[in-house]
Amino acid sequence: MFFANVIFLLLLNDLFLLAAPGVTWLIRLTAFQGVLLGSLLFDMDHALLGAAVLGIKGILLPVLLARTYKHIGRREKTRHLNHAIAVLMGVLGLVFSLWLENRMDLMPGLFPDLLFPAAITTLFCGLILVVGRATALSQVIGYLVAENGIFLLGAPLMAAGAIWFELALLLDIFVAVFVMGIAIGHIGEKFESMDTARFRSLRD
Amino acid sequence: MLESLVFLPLLAGGIMLAVGNSSLCRLLLPLVALVHTGISTRVIIQVACGERPAGFFGLLAPDALGTLFLMLASLLFLATSFYSIGYLREEEQAEERTCIHDGRPFTNAPERRFTACLCFFLSAMSMVTTTPHLGVLWVGIEATTLSSAPLIYFHQHRRSLEATWKYLIICSVGIALALLGNILLSIAFCVPQNGAATIVLTDDVDSLGWFMAHAGQASLPWLKAAFIFLLVGYGCKMGLAPLHNWLPDAHSEAPSLVSALLSGALLNCALLGILRGHQILLAAGIGGFSSSLLVFFGLVSLVIAAIFIVGQGHYKRMLAYSSVEHMGILALGIGVGGLAVQGALLHSICHSLAKCLLFLLSGNILARYHTYSSYDVHGMRLAMPVSGALWLAGFLAVAGSPPFGIFVSEMLVLKGIFAHGDLVSAIIYLAALAVIFVGLSVAVLRMVQGSRPGDMPASLRKRREPAWSVVPPAILALIVLGLGIWIPDWLWQYLDKAAALVGGQLAAPDF
Amino acid sequence: MTEDFWIFPAQFLLSLLLAPFLTGIINRVKAIAAGRHGKPLLQCYYDIWRLCRKGEVISESASWPFLLGPSIVLGSGLLALAMLPLGGFASPLGFAGDFILAAYLLGLGRFALMLAALDTGSAFEGMGASREAAFGALAEPALFLAFLVLSSTCLDLGHYSTRQTGQAFSLGVMFHGQAALSWLHGKPELVIVPLALFILLLAENCRIPVDDPNTHLELTMIHEVMILDQSGPSLAMLIYAACLKLWFFAALVAALVVPPLPFWAGTGLWLFAVMVVGILVGIVESVMARLRMRRVPHLLGMACALAAFALILAQVS
Repeated sequence: MFFANVIFLLLLNDLFLLAAPGVTWLIRLTAFQGVLLGSLLFDMDHALLGAAVLGIKGILLPVLLARTYKHIGRREKTRHLNHAIAVLMGVLGLVFSLWLENRMDLMPGLFPDLLFPAAITTLFCGLILVVGRATALSQVIGYLVAENGIFLLGAPLMAAGAIWFELALLLDIFVAVFVMGIAIGHIGEKFESMDTARFRSLRD
Repeated sequence: MLESLVFLPLLAGGIMLAVGNSSLCRLLLPLVALVHTGISTRVIIQVACGERPAGFFGLLAPDALGTLFLMLASLLFLATSFYSIGYLREEEQAEERTCIHDGRPFTNAPERRFTACLCFFLSAMSMVTTTPHLGVLWVGIEATTLSSAPLIYFHQHRRSLEATWKYLIICSVGIALALLGNILLSIAFCVPQNGAATIVLTDDVDSLGWFMAHAGQASLPWLKAAFIFLLVGYGCKMGLAPLHNWLPDAHSEAPSLVSALLSGALLNCALLGILRGHQILLAAGIGGFSSSLLVFFGLVSLVIAAIFIVGQGHYKRMLAYSSVEHMGILALGIGVGGLAVQGALLHSICHSLAKCLLFLLSGNILARYHTYSSYDVHGMRLAMPVSGALWLAGFLAVAGSPPFGIFVSEMLVLKGIFAHGDLVSAIIYLAALAVIFVGLSVAVLRMVQGSRPGDMPASLRKRREPAWSVVPPAILALIVLGLGIWIPDWLWQYLDKAAALVGGQLAAPDF
Repeated sequence: MTEDFWIFPAQFLLSLLLAPFLTGIINRVKAIAAGRHGKPLLQCYYDIWRLCRKGEVISESASWPFLLGPSIVLGSGLLALAMLPLGGFASPLGFAGDFILAAYLLGLGRFALMLAALDTGSAFEGMGASREAAFGALAEPALFLAFLVLSSTCLDLGHYSTRQTGQAFSLGVMFHGQAALSWLHGKPELVIVPLALFILLLAENCRIPVDDPNTHLELTMIHEVMILDQSGPSLAMLIYAACLKLWFFAALVAALVVPPLPFWAGTGLWLFAVMVVGILVGIVESVMARLRMRRVPHLLGMACALAAFALILAQVS
């Protein structure tokens, strides 16, 4: 019961992430997501990893993100997708992942109920954030969310002896690097695309 | 011995970071490159003789395919390390550095960070090419991304920051997707056995040999899904066409020797990740699925590269798009199968050498002309005769003209396509090659010919070309030329061996 | 049987009687939050009584839609409320699929009101009508999705009293009370439904994040601007109809949180829940600012998405 409720909250969290109005809310929601992932691991009797996940994804990265946001202090002015379309795409992602779960023959017992669709939906929502948001920081948060989805998918395989789950934590290094890059380089809005046209105009 | 391939550059990089003396860095870098090349040569000879060297708890056990790419990475690193000595000295002596795009001054990253990251980069690539373990392979690819990002941001200005950011974000999303592919691969091997829902995975899981040995029991839809994600994930890194956006930016903003390594060595490593998945699918008997995907992406890359090369005024971007094209040819050749696989592997050798040569020369041109626009560069035959001649030779090599090795490999791929009976692919392939030839030749000829630009400062006008800047490219050019004229038997045998791993046929070509 | 038969009409009358009181509660909560003493709790009753005794001024350009509008709005509101189960007791008017009729009775009222507003020929009122139409169109899917979540849950749970599956599609079964606690028993998606319905309540009754019920002369209003030309008993009817609509939605939300209980306890808890909803509306109105017009569709879209999300999960689990 606990497990199912956490999965439900995770899915709800995904929708709210897509609808989140600003970076502050995004950071809070990712922190909550980290806590949910950690508690999921506790429920699967991996207390040590659960604590690590709770520490990294629930506390460390959100704090880092929040500090960087304070440091840059740039509000999100534009976005490429508006909330409503993003949320709609998220719901469609959920439908798609449910369809996928039916389509692929999963080994019974490998995944707990709804874990596979929840993971794929989280991944999908993260990618929507990466594509749909304009500030570099929100894109990094989107990346973190996508990575959480992959992480969730790898979790049941840990019992099967595969190492993917532990490796997925390595992706957090990227997040940390991004955040530091933003802090150091003062990367705010995403760059305008490099245009080759200006070289054509140099023709003499 | 195998361990030293990974740990020696790591150690050297650590020393560089810790000591930080620039003369030490410049001494250590070629030294590491020489030792690394020596060891790689020994490993490739061992593998060619049929031995299976292994080390570090079995995590490093190169096969013929990986060793080929290892050797390439090692050779290119050797060439660029000698080039880098002079390059770094010039960079240090430069009085003022201004961004070519907007004229603003910028600073370089500390030299020791640059050289250390070069070493880390080599270490990561060695890890990728020598391991049979898919997890270590994935970690290695991630490490190449992390270690090469500071290299792209050596010149610290706005444009290179943008390129680095783009490189990091696209490649890291790709790597995340590749991880998903790996996870799906593991799911594919979790099948019910003996009626009960037990899990097949045991010790020694995640290594390529295990996957291939058990491929018969895997669930096919999951395998296909896994390959799609591996292809998309590592394909981002490799620069396959719809996913190639970072490539022109990173290659044009990075220092030229870094572009040479990225294009010649790193892209091959990413290809290796895809090929591992291809191997598993072949073992599972659904190689047709992965082959057709490879062919499709290969053709798309060719067409996109052809579209962007024509009229491309930025000569480093032009070279980057040419890399997209050649990655397309590799994917196409391996996807088609049969003889084309040997062709593709030969192609990877020739392309790496030729592209390294061209990028190193582009650094020379940039230093002399201080512009990225091929419209502003002319009179290279007068201003820098050696580089000009090599630039022309490199163009002929990379465009697939007869005396050079790429002509042979492209012919082999074409032959393979005809043997496969795929007329549409052959037509697209030939058309794209023709368009690219024309597109490249217009820009290159414009740059080489003509008179010296009048506004070139007198100090640059009189300068001779230093040996460090032309000898490594010249040697590379000689090798590519040599491969076009005569391919030794042992190389053929080796290519056969490597091609057999990814579905090539064993028969030697008849010319 | 005969006793049961009288319970619903009694509750219905009670609802009719208490509906303006809910508005009073909201206003009082807002006044307290703002530090004012506020209007009397029964102000709405006084207003309605006062208006009923007054004469009516009718614009020269107005015709029959303007005259008929208020009575249609009130009539449809009364009918819709009569179909809703109150305090856990199913309406005798209920049948399988009655939620569609109830929703469209509300829609009919909206239509009549819009026609009446357009009929005055004032550009100001036409603007309000067009906004009402736009937001109504967005609110309706959310309402239906929420109803469908409830009916599919009822199908799952299976403990409705009748023999036919179709009964799960009647308001009497959906809001019977079994939805209240089942979110604790493996149906977490049911937490979302009251939330979506609460957003709808705010939108449909022109409460604050969507519209401001206190202003009459702002360019951004919806409901108040449509009734600008009404006066006297007609205005009283419209005000009373708005109270009924508010009560309707508050009762929907309340029915979802009140578990099935014996008669007196159930009715008492239900009335209490309705009042709590009123207090919540008051709090929301005090702490939030009105959204910009462009953002309102986002809010309604979010309600739709939430309801759709709940519906998807309800199908899976």
